[in-house]
Amino acid sequence: MTTAEKGLEQLAGDKVLGKGRSPVQDAVREFRRNKIAVAGMAFIIFVVLVAIAAPLLTPYGFATQNLDYPRAKPMTSVVITTEFAEKCHWYDTPLEWGCTLILFGSDNVGRDLYSRMIYGTRVSLSVAVVAASVSLLIGSVYGTISGFAGGRADNLMMRIVDFLYAIPTLPIIIMMTVYFQAISRMGIHTGFIGALITLNRAMGGLFFLFVAIGALNWIGMARMARGQVLSYKQKEFVEAARAVGASNGHIISRHLLPNIIGPLLIAESLAIPGYIFLEAILSFIGLGVQPPTPSWGSMINEGYQGILSNPHLVLVPGIALALLTLAFNFMGDGLRDAFDARLRGRQ
Amino acid sequence: MIKYIIRRLLVSIPVVFLIILVAFLLVQAMPGGPFDASNQKPIPAVVREILERKYGLDKPVYEQFFNYFVNLLQGDLGPMLRQRGQTVNDVVAQTFPVSFQLGMLAMILGYGIGVPAGIIAALNHNSTLDYAATFAAVVGVSVPNLVLGPVLILLFGVSLDWFPIAFWGADPPFILGLFPTPNAEFWSHAVLPTVALGTGISAGVARLTRAGLLEVLSEDYIRTARAKGLKERMVILIHALKNALIPVATVLGPQLAAILTGTLIVEQIFALNGMGRRFIHSVQEREYFLLVGLTLIYGVLLILGNLTVDVLYAWLDPRIRYD
Repeated sequence: MTTAEKGLEQLAGDKVLGKGRSPVQDAVREFRRNKIAVAGMAFIIFVVLVAIAAPLLTPYGFATQNLDYPRAKPMTSVVITTEFAEKCHWYDTPLEWGCTLILFGSDNVGRDLYSRMIYGTRVSLSVAVVAASVSLLIGSVYGTISGFAGGRADNLMMRIVDFLYAIPTLPIIIMMTVYFQAISRMGIHTGFIGALITLNRAMGGLFFLFVAIGALNWIGMARMARGQVLSYKQKEFVEAARAVGASNGHIISRHLLPNIIGPLLIAESLAIPGYIFLEAILSFIGLGVQPPTPSWGSMINEGYQGILSNPHLVLVPGIALALLTLAFNFMGDGLRDAFDARLRGRQ
Repeated sequence: MIKYIIRRLLVSIPVVFLIILVAFLLVQAMPGGPFDASNQKPIPAVVREILERKYGLDKPVYEQFFNYFVNLLQGDLGPMLRQRGQTVNDVVAQTFPVSFQLGMLAMILGYGIGVPAGIIAALNHNSTLDYAATFAAVVGVSVPNLVLGPVLILLFGVSLDWFPIAFWGADPPFILGLFPTPNAEFWSHAVLPTVALGTGISAGVARLTRAGLLEVLSEDYIRTARAKGLKERMVILIHALKNALIPVATVLGPQLAAILTGTLIVEQIFALNGMGRRFIHSVQEREYFLLVGLTLIYGVLLILGNLTVDVLYAWLDPRIRYD
């Protein structure tokens, strides 16, 4: 079984499987026929592997500077001095061939652009995973409760969502990030906030970024989950479960969630490029990860000042960013088409 | 309908109030204030005290908020704390038109290209043209304007040297305080930022138009229209398109939000003196009132945009009634 199939199997949860081909099998078949979507998924898996194996694939650390060779053009060779050779490594093994050639050039302070681009996958992917999970978790719980409870509670909860929907997200996120940056610079080391700040520092500024991005992006998911719950709540199987005395918690977790989770996952996979892009935006305006942690957004920002003379400083992270969002979009579209029964057979 | 619009506007009032409150508190909660910037020489304590008293920053927060709100009701967005020669109103009057023009041009470009492209793709369903258009649309949606902007600059600004790579081609005073003088300089400056912002929109619109039209074209009433011998052009443009555009209208709201976000980035890339660029600059300077004011403007634009979408809905689909 390929990874794609596994993912899709899980995605459908314990949907009732009939004889012959189940809807999930149909969807998997449909998805696999969509070559571009499969290619997108393969590329994402490849990038995940690259992110995990980043130290194995890069001759330099992302912060290693070689001030003798700043702004080197791509595919130029570098003379290794002894001092520089020590920094060039492959798990403590000196690696001469990897050090003489600078594949994608080097940035303003002589850091290897290729190594930084590879490490940059970690930031983008972790934002994608964490933001998507947080948004899915908060959104589905909130929406399910709201839809299931109904009545006044539903009304109130949806008013809150309506309000959050009307606020301009990016300015608020920017202010939140600045706020987080400022308090983490104040040097508190004790208590809850101190622990959070230490955690944030250990993660290279990613933690607060997750909070800022996750804080507002669950709204759409909550609306969708509520709509789904409302449409399933009146179905016979829920009534039947209630008739045999199932508790609310049981009905939600065993009967409603498995039904609604598929569409939510697909919607979330379509939202992932947005999260990646949001992180890049924040890093681009200098509010994302803390230097020297490489993020594609901050790399674009650093290179942007000298774009006329050294376009590769912008193009390398830019193309990487575009390719990753492209892959996520292709995969998300493929998933949606495969699982949307209405569209099936019309392609 | 008018009743509905009025009701919606009334409902928005508490929302706007909450936006102001949240922004105000968030701005105040940020450590550091407008008078202690690290990159300038520190302001003497006495001077700072006088400044804080002058702008009312020494008062408790609720009193500050009350004063701000009262001034706001009179149309005064407050003073600038760093560039003390100007008020927030001045800055908004300078920067809002730039963002507005950019956003509008991008919207026009997005729909002007997106809708026809979607129609062409749908009418040539499953042809090479359709596949090419669909592929181009996904690429257009995926390439962030953060990447597209620099690429456009490199291609058309530097290599080909067709268009200027920075700044907006119109300066205040604007016509009616909002519109530029449409001269050659304005257009040449507008091309790259507009394309950078509009491409994503046009790609999204094209996809939705295509999907919507494909769905509508298989409906019975289209067959009826064809059966009674209407010209194909009539069938598509009059009968099909109106319903096909309903899903396109649904994303207008989110798209408006995307444009607001997009102007922030595009203004930064092309060094345009718009609201977004001002916002990013002033957030580090703790320009309290400007931050709240701009957030408020973004919020109001978003609310008005969503209202427009709902009205548009009712026009596109007469089954939707709001009263």
